[in-house]
Amino acid sequence: MKQVFARPRALSPGATHYCPGCTYGIVHRLIAEALDDLAITGRAVGVASVGCTVLAYDYFECDFQQAAHGRAPAVATGIKRTRPDAVVFTLQGDGDLAAIGTAEIIHAAARGENITVFFLNNTIYGMTGGQMAPTTLLGQRSTTSQAGREPGRAGRPIRVSEMLATLDGPAYIERVAVDTPAHAAKVRRAIHRALELQLAGAGFTLVEVLSACPTNWGLTPGEALDRIGREVISYYPLGVYRDSSAASPAGADAPGGISQ
Amino acid sequence: MVMGQKVLMKGNEAIAEAAVRAGCRFYAGYPITPQNEIPEYMSWRQYEAGGQFVQAESELAAINMVYGAGGAGTRAMTSSSSPGISLKQEGMSYLAGAEVPAVIVNMVRCGPGLGGIQPAQSDYFQATRGGGHGDYHMLVLAGESVQEMVDLTCLAFDKADEYRNPVLLLGDAILGQIMEPVTLPDPVDTAGLPDKPWATTGTGGLRRRNVINSLDLRPESLERHNLKLKAKYDRMASSEQRHAGYRIDDATLVLVAYGSTARICRRAVDLARREGIAAGLLRPISLWPFPAEAFEAAVPRAGAFLAVEMSLGQMVEDVRLAVQFRRPVYFYGRTGGVVPTPAEVLVQIRETAGACGASTAPAASGAARGGGLVK
Repeated sequence: MKQVFARPRALSPGATHYCPGCTYGIVHRLIAEALDDLAITGRAVGVASVGCTVLAYDYFECDFQQAAHGRAPAVATGIKRTRPDAVVFTLQGDGDLAAIGTAEIIHAAARGENITVFFLNNTIYGMTGGQMAPTTLLGQRSTTSQAGREPGRAGRPIRVSEMLATLDGPAYIERVAVDTPAHAAKVRRAIHRALELQLAGAGFTLVEVLSACPTNWGLTPGEALDRIGREVISYYPLGVYRDSSAASPAGADAPGGISQ
Repeated sequence: MVMGQKVLMKGNEAIAEAAVRAGCRFYAGYPITPQNEIPEYMSWRQYEAGGQFVQAESELAAINMVYGAGGAGTRAMTSSSSPGISLKQEGMSYLAGAEVPAVIVNMVRCGPGLGGIQPAQSDYFQATRGGGHGDYHMLVLAGESVQEMVDLTCLAFDKADEYRNPVLLLGDAILGQIMEPVTLPDPVDTAGLPDKPWATTGTGGLRRRNVINSLDLRPESLERHNLKLKAKYDRMASSEQRHAGYRIDDATLVLVAYGSTARICRRAVDLARREGIAAGLLRPISLWPFPAEAFEAAVPRAGAFLAVEMSLGQMVEDVRLAVQFRRPVYFYGRTGGVVPTPAEVLVQIRETAGACGASTAPAASGAARGGGLVK
């Protein structure tokens, strides 16, 4: 009998701590499938950050380092520079990457570090209980913007992929979403593309995944997926913001590593 | 340069070269005076040695790059000066919690705040009391000369690996900027260093995953981890006490000073001896663990202790803890980047000796009261 569905070998058995309806599990699965497909689990070193991705080291069968809030790209830089044969990726939420970690993400991208960043953007701080993030949409309610985010008080949301694409350093930046099976297929392709480019030594790659947080959005899982398609994508348009194969100046001179 | 030959080097550059020779193959740093010669030297020397240098976007990023590199099994170092070391405290707590070896150099300048760029010893509390959050300790080593800083740099990398713990080298603006003759160590063969089976090198499909981590949400489990760390700190406290003495065997007034201040005190001790005052110097080299055992030998014959620091009184607290009220402990300090002179220290020695009867000569009458003698 042909087996048509199984847990990816790179994905650890057991339940995750993610809430019902959270889409992080889908992203984990797609990353694990890519590690399997590219046969790189034994070379992979992940970097977990602070927030809902904090326990990611329990969910993959590869080596991992847990990083302080926002510092995952710096930790990944230290790993990749000293282990150039390792495939190094970070998992970071929008609170981690787009607020406290802005310096680290901008400069890792500008240096063209040959690492892959999986940026899970659910427009809110999930782990701490639903506070406003830099990515929270105008009018979106959170525990620190209880009447909805108001730009006069709290400014306007940051579009990370567009901002990083202004730099010459990145090799590949794409924004995708997990709200529909068709979109999830694009997430899978983007994850593969980013890791393949790292294997080719192209330099900094980032996949932004628009994700659902039903718990802190106060929606059912189905409503949360609908919200991505209805509200989130219109502010954060999907698409490729940088691809070094499309005659980008980046990629040829990503930092090497130490000779071991 | 020829191996074993004496060369004239600036403290910062000598420390950087010693680190490379000790097997450091990753350095990340951020500019701040008075330690800039370390990143400047590393920016070319690491690549020459087959290592990596990153000029980080901040001290926060630099210490976290070191966390990544050290966690991946490479001997890694960062350096800074006081305000920058404050920023690195988060990373140092993580290094200790996750048991990642690393070497951190602090070329201390005066504070608080932005302070100034002149020498100080006002980061003693931060260095020896954790500095970052949580229960942890680092081995803290302080030399008094370029040669000793070189030797301690090599020791720091070995001890960091031995204990899987960050090690802090504490210098000051004088030690960073001074040029002195120094004999550099022979380079170690990095391939011959002990294996790190815990490092995140990739499983290779041959073992369970390695995880570098300081998070544990289960109280009993985290307590077990912290008690394991405590046992390690206890081993360090009993095995890693280091000190040196100067004219201490018959001293009835024992000065206590470390780093550059110890050199000034040594001169002051000589001046005092000429006046018939039986002064000596006990110089802590390990600031954590504080060399309390050396005080057990000194207390019986000492009439009093005089701690001298470029601070408002920080190490003096450890002196009091070591002396345990068995003898009076005096303090003299200068701050704000002012370096005490031997003559100023001599005034304090005379006053202290007069107060505790350690002098065989009459105490100088009407000696200037230099700002800081407190019991």
